[in-house]
Amino acid sequence: MTNTWLVATIVAVVAGCVGFFTVLRGSAFVAHSVPEGAFAGAAGASLLGLNTIVGLAVFAIGGALGIGWLGRRGRHDVVTALALVVMLGMGALFLSLSVEYAPEMFSLLFGEVLGVSSSQLLPTAVLGVVCVGAIVALYRPLMLSSVMAEVGEAQGVSSRRMEMCFLVVVALATTMAVPVVGALLMFSVMIGPAGAARTLTNNPLAAMGLSVTFALATVWGAIVASYLSNWPIGFFVGALGATFYVAARGIASLRRKGVVHPGSEPSPAS
Amino acid sequence: MALSAGQFLSPVFAPGFFQSGSVQVALVVGGVVALVSGMVGVFTVMRGQSFAGHALGSVGTTGGSAAFLLGISPLWGFMGLGVVAAAVMELVGIRRPRGRDLATGIVLGAALGIAALCLYLDTTFKNTTGATITILFGSMFAISASIVPLIVLFSLLSLGTVVVLYRPLLVTSVSSDMAAALGIPVRAVGILYLLAMAVAVSLSALTIGAILSTALLIGPAATALRLSRRPGVAMALAGLIGVAATWLGILLAYDSFYWPPRGHGWPVSFFVVSLIFVFYLLGNQPIGSAGRRRLAPGGDELAAGLGQ
Repeated sequence: MTNTWLVATIVAVVAGCVGFFTVLRGSAFVAHSVPEGAFAGAAGASLLGLNTIVGLAVFAIGGALGIGWLGRRGRHDVVTALALVVMLGMGALFLSLSVEYAPEMFSLLFGEVLGVSSSQLLPTAVLGVVCVGAIVALYRPLMLSSVMAEVGEAQGVSSRRMEMCFLVVVALATTMAVPVVGALLMFSVMIGPAGAARTLTNNPLAAMGLSVTFALATVWGAIVASYLSNWPIGFFVGALGATFYVAARGIASLRRKGVVHPGSEPSPAS
Repeated sequence: MALSAGQFLSPVFAPGFFQSGSVQVALVVGGVVALVSGMVGVFTVMRGQSFAGHALGSVGTTGGSAAFLLGISPLWGFMGLGVVAAAVMELVGIRRPRGRDLATGIVLGAALGIAALCLYLDTTFKNTTGATITILFGSMFAISASIVPLIVLFSLLSLGTVVVLYRPLLVTSVSSDMAAALGIPVRAVGILYLLAMAVAVSLSALTIGAILSTALLIGPAATALRLSRRPGVAMALAGLIGVAATWLGILLAYDSFYWPPRGHGWPVSFFVVSLIFVFYLLGNQPIGSAGRRRLAPGGDELAAGLGQ
């Protein structure tokens, strides 16, 4: 059980940081597609008898880079959709060719509280440190390319390169998180808390801090609830993420009406 | 004469292809769904609502698994929840695409969580372990012929909505400011379109799988919009490409039962998606400066569309 708490905490911190930029850049679809496509990779890996993490990583990074590359020539949302369905199509093929045991697929998709082993702890922690480290190292150019792309270009920050870097970070975050919270709900942890944080404040550091806080609350709450009720952790992650976001939107609209004391007022309809 | 024709055709059409009842249903249902998805999808791509299109298909998963649990027909589960989700997305959503995609993601996350719960309850209380895979990836060869009329009906409903709304839809897709200035109720058009899309996507989700319905909605439409700037022509092209990919996919999947490695057959969804992707890449070829101009619909699309 300790393993679960440790891994989940790492996942939440990473999701909070990566999620902040995901929301800032409007990359919700990417944050959904990379984990979901990576799931197909996990199926392929188990077909070949490899560790599912390998499959996850290959498809996550491949998918992310594919989106980046195709995105230069086509609409971003179209390209994301196509990359996703291609990966899922391959996943359908892998699943049909393998004798995969259904429950394992379920837990890769929706998460499984008790499924974390000690051997997963180190790679998850290492990837987590790499992700957060990348965010910290790239903070300024990433902020520039996300918020003021032209200014960034003028200062030598290539939007395309930042986009690629960001996509790879999302892929890494996906790889470490999917075994814990599952492919389909990883993005809930990334965008729900971060979306709520961004609704409440425009200050980037405050937003990131809030995002991590909400993510931790979401994941911890989900673990407890899942442990007590035996219901899938994914359900609670989705529900809590949505709750945080809706509550934040409610507070924001109350602020606009002058009922609640305004904090650092975010721009309207963001 | 018939014998030699049969001998010629049999490498392409594996024995029993045209006689098989399930293949016939698959061709009809798949064709109808592909046609409607492709045509409706042209506006999805123009409006940059690919995520919503995908999300509605995935929400179909939730509807499907809830239907499984409640023992009602999957069709109503898929469509019912799809329509509800579309309404919620529109209500929670905001004008700007980034905010809209965020809201879509939140709704999707919550819906998938509910799907997880339904599937868990299914497995626990009803002992149906294959439900996850079937609902996600669909089984085109297992559609019962009795729902064909319903699928055709709702498909026509969805397409009809888009046709009726063609002009206001076109204007709001290109520029919502211009639409508002012209007195077009942007919000109303938006929600009607979202509902039409929800129905179209639910239907395809039911037939080829919730997640892969996105491919039929986005792929052919995106390819068509690369080939033609006129929305009407793009709609026709998208329908054509979608149907071609679907029928060819069905053929390949049927044939694959007879391919050497296993007497197992490869899934239809894999073939259809791969074909759609190949068509997209092929359509990407005329990409010089003229192609780059097509990436963002603008005044000339509008003029071309309204001039038809």
